[in-house]
This record gives sequence, C-alpha cells and structure tokens, in this order.
Amino acid sequence: MQYLVSGLTQGSIYALVGLGFTLIYAVTKIINFAQGEFVMLGGMLSFVLIRSAGIPMVPALLLSIIVAVAIGAIMYVLAIRSAKKASGVSLIIITIGAAILIRGIAGEVWGVDAVRPPFFTGNETLSFLGARIHPQALWIIGTTIAITIALHLFLSHTMLGKALKACSVNPQAATLVGIDPKVMGLIAFGLAAALGAAGGVVMAPLTLTSYNVGVMLGLKGFVAASIGGFTSPLATVIGGISVGVIESLAVGVDWGPFTSEYKDAIALVILLLILLVRSGKLAAEERVS
Amino acid sequence: MLARVRSKWTWLAAGLLLVLLILVPFLSLLSPYTGLMIFIGIYSMVTVGLCLVMGYSGQVSLGQAAFFGIGAYFSAILSKTYDVNPWLAMLVGATATGVFAYVVGFPVFRLRGNYLAMATLGLGIIIYILFRQLGQYTGGPDGMPGIPYLSIGGFAFDTPFRRYFLIWGFCLATLLVSQNIVNSRTGRALRAIHGSETAAESVGINVSLYKVRIFVLSAVFSSLAGSLFVHHLRFVSPQPFDFMASVVIVVMAVTGGLASIWGAIFGAATIRILGDEILPRLENLAVLKAWHVDYLNIIIYALLLILVMIFMPQGLFLGLKDAFGRWQPKLFRKGAKS
Repeated sequence: MQYLVSGLTQGSIYALVGLGFTLIYAVTKIINFAQGEFVMLGGMLSFVLIRSAGIPMVPALLLSIIVAVAIGAIMYVLAIRSAKKASGVSLIIITIGAAILIRGIAGEVWGVDAVRPPFFTGNETLSFLGARIHPQALWIIGTTIAITIALHLFLSHTMLGKALKACSVNPQAATLVGIDPKVMGLIAFGLAAALGAAGGVVMAPLTLTSYNVGVMLGLKGFVAASIGGFTSPLATVIGGISVGVIESLAVGVDWGPFTSEYKDAIALVILLLILLVRSGKLAAEERVS
Repeated sequence: MLARVRSKWTWLAAGLLLVLLILVPFLSLLSPYTGLMIFIGIYSMVTVGLCLVMGYSGQVSLGQAAFFGIGAYFSAILSKTYDVNPWLAMLVGATATGVFAYVVGFPVFRLRGNYLAMATLGLGIIIYILFRQLGQYTGGPDGMPGIPYLSIGGFAFDTPFRRYFLIWGFCLATLLVSQNIVNSRTGRALRAIHGSETAAESVGINVSLYKVRIFVLSAVFSSLAGSLFVHHLRFVSPQPFDFMASVVIVVMAVTGGLASIWGAIFGAATIRILGDEILPRLENLAVLKAWHVDYLNIIIYALLLILVMIFMPQGLFLGLKDAFGRWQPKLFRKGAKS
C-alpha cells in the first residue's frame, strides 16, 4: 500500500509531463524533448521566488507557472518557428538543444544543489489504510486530477479547445475555417509548459528538485504519452500513473544483487517494450505525418 | 556530385590536412596540443559513425555514447582484470558492440523519427546505468584505474607522441572507410532511404537491413574509439558515456555537418577546442570568474545545436563558407543536406 501511494504520487507527475507531450504532438506533430525541463523550471522558479525573493506562496506559484509558459512560448517562436523548412531530424535536434539550453542556464544561474521549496500545508504525514501519506502527495495527486479534468473540459467545451482539436485532426482544414495552426502551436507549447511547470511546482517540495531532473522526468513522461499513443489524454494519465506504480513496486521487491538504483532503468525498459510492441502502428502514423 | 568531391581541390585539402596532422607533434608551436589532438581523433571516429547514421540514412541515434562506452569497458575489463592482450580485448569489444547493435538494431529500427530518437536515448541511458551499477566489474561510479597501454611486440604506446600516431591512424582509416561506403552502392541506398523509405523499398532496397548495417558500423567505430580512449587515459569511469556525452556527439556531428564525412573532424575539433582550450580561458576572465565552466559549455553546445540546425543545416563549416561570400563556391558546395 505504501508503495502504491508513492507510485501514485510519482506517476501523477509523469502523467502531467506526458499530457504536455501529447498536447504538443497532437497539434504540431513535434515531440518536444524539452518537456521535462519545464517541470524543473516550475520547481526551481517556485523555490527562488519564495525563498530568495520572499514572495508569498500562492502568487509565487502562479508566477512560476506564468514564467514557464513564457519560456515555452519563446521557445516555440524562436526555435521551432524559425526552423520552418526543417525536417523531422532537425526539429528533434532543435528541441534537444532547447532542453539542454534551459538546463545549462538553470545550472549556471541557480547552481547545482538540490533545493526544497516549502510544503503547501505542513509536514505531518497522515495515515490512510495503513499507509503514510504526506499532505504534499495529496496536493500532487489532487492537482493532477484537477488539471486532467480542466484540460478535458477545455478541449471539449471551449472554442479555443475545439480549435486546438481541429488543428490536430487536420491542420489544412482548420486553416480553411479560420484557425491559424501557428497560433495553435504557440498555445499548445504554452499550455504544455504550464502543465509541466504545475507538476514541478507541486512536486518540488516533496521530492526536491535540481537543474538536472528534466531528462529523466521527460523520458518517463514520454513513456506515459506513448502508452496513451500521443492521442488520448486519459490513457496518458493512466499510463503515467502505471509507470509510477510499477517503478515504486519494483523498488520494494528484493532484487538480490540488483539494487533499487535500477529504478530508472525499469521505466526505460518499459519504454522500449511499449515502443517495440507498438512499432508497426507508430511507423504507420509517422508515415502519414 | 561525386566528381566534384574528387576534384583536385579536395585532394589538395586532404593533402594539406595530412601534412598538418603529421607535423603537429613535431612543431614546437603545436606540440603542446598533442593531447588535445588525440581527443579530437577519438571523437572524430565516434562522430563520423553518427554522421553515417543521421546524415546519410536520416535515422536519429541519441545513444551513441553507449557504444563508445561498451568498447571502453570491454577493453578496460578484459585487459586489466583478465589480463587479455589489449588488441584482442579491443577486437572482442568491437565485435560484441557490433553484435549488440545488430540485435537491438532490428527491433529499434522498425521505429522512426521521434520514437526512434526516444528509443535510442533510453537505450543509451540504460547502458549508462549498467556501467554505474555493475560495480564489481566496472568499478562503479568511481571508475577503474591502471589499464595497460597498447603495445606491438616490445613497442609500447606509452607516450602521447606515440599514441597520437596510433589514434590518428585509426581515425583516418575510419574516415576513409566511411568515405568509401558513402560513395558506394550502400551509400546510394542510404541516401535513397533518407529521401523516401517507401521509394527506396519500391526499387528493391532492403531498407531495414541497410539501416541496421550502418548502425552496426557506427557502433563498431564508436567501440574502437572507446578502446583507444581507455588505453590512452588508462582510466575508465561512466561519466564520459552519459546522456550529455551522447548529446555532445550530436553537437559535434551537427557542427561538422551531418552529411559530411570529413566535417566530423571539424566538428570534433571545434567542440574539443572550445571545451578544452577556449572556455577554460574565458572562465579566467574576471567577469566570468564566478561562473562554472561546465554550464557555460552546455549553454554554448545548446546554442550551437539550435542555431546551426536553424540557419546552417549543412554544418557550421559549410554554412560559414556559404555565408561569408561565395567566392569559391565550387570548392565547398558539396552535396550537403541535412
């Protein structure tokens, strides 16, 4: 039960990162390798704003997310849009460049030490069905649920959300009815940055954060998104949570000579398995796009 | 296109490069840089492998440092722990890396584009985790010192001067092999695959076989480079084979021009000179004293990746040539395309 809870908590973060991947991929057909960096940005920014700038918590958290969204938008305009003629390989390299740029600047500006922003509501663990739950874990899970529902409502019930969906189904047709795919791309990148940063903001007090957490979070978010096939937000959330739970259970099992340090490898093995199982379908998809 | 590659200008440039390479350890002006040049040679070998995979056949590999590392660890463990002849260890390492690349290559290369990139990235990180975790064999995160030098008979490559010639011999051989492959039937098949897999398949090219073959070749090159690397340093640790290392190899390939064999040397040289010589000096400037050089590196690599990819997808060298005047267009405008 304890492992289940911590898996659920970790998995929620993966789910948020995975949602960002799915969103950007659906609208622009780009995999944004910098997705994990926004989680790092959210966490680091909230720490800096609260601890160093002394801004009260709620505005600081919101500000962190807003700054991350701005960075996501800047990235789209400067890096992605400038490379208009770029092929798939070039776009992959450009987003990797953006990822290590964000990471490098973060390391440079904020240093390499892991930091812990203050908890939202206290540090007393609660008991629940024999498992101890940290209040921050509830915040993480709650935020993920809230964001998933909000995202669903946004995509299905608002004009803008429907425009995004239209763009993901058929950009040319969307253009015909007056939707600008470039604006939609910008919105997708901003929204994905917000999702990542929100994850980072709620996660950082519990798991700590440092300039280099982005790569692994990005990879695991990618696993979540590929479970969801880069199309279904709900499946992505379920995928993210399953990865978290599997990982957490794997740590609990006694692996003999192997140590729990292999935790990260487990997610990667899952990634490879999923990719291989789905490879036929994925190849067909890529061919179409 | 090929005729132009073989023009007299190219031969002249190649001749000049060779003379310069031979002179480096002898000229007092350049000999302090022998160590730097050794690393440039080693990384050129890894980079040219990636260029074959990415530039010519258009497949993304973000785990190239893993092959580099497998070669390095095979050489280190066999020659130190098990007293195997270092040359044999190198051969075993290269063979094992090749077989590994072949075995993972077939399933992985059924993927394309983004998925392929993620799969190779994941594979690279798994290997890196293994290097760190299999401590009883690899020495874990602290690494493993005391690896013997390579030697032929009684002649040991125990000075940088000797290793310089050994390593550049390997490097130039690698580049020549690559050059020949690119200009052969295989090279044309790869370019066809890059253009359109469906079209390539329809004219009878066995797409997946060619992709895997070139992947295996690049893995073997990296593995050999890894072996040379540990016999040069006499020390191995997981750090030069991590995720950032794979990214740095991509930076080298992109800077040199993805579809340029000889550009690999230029890319490796640019990045090594930047990282080893220029940035440490910049760091000593008073203004930047407070900055940590590691992250300045990363920032500059990132900017190089983004800017070169956006503005000069043919590579920095050719890109600058194109940008700064078209006064010798025929000489350098080889068929470079990202």
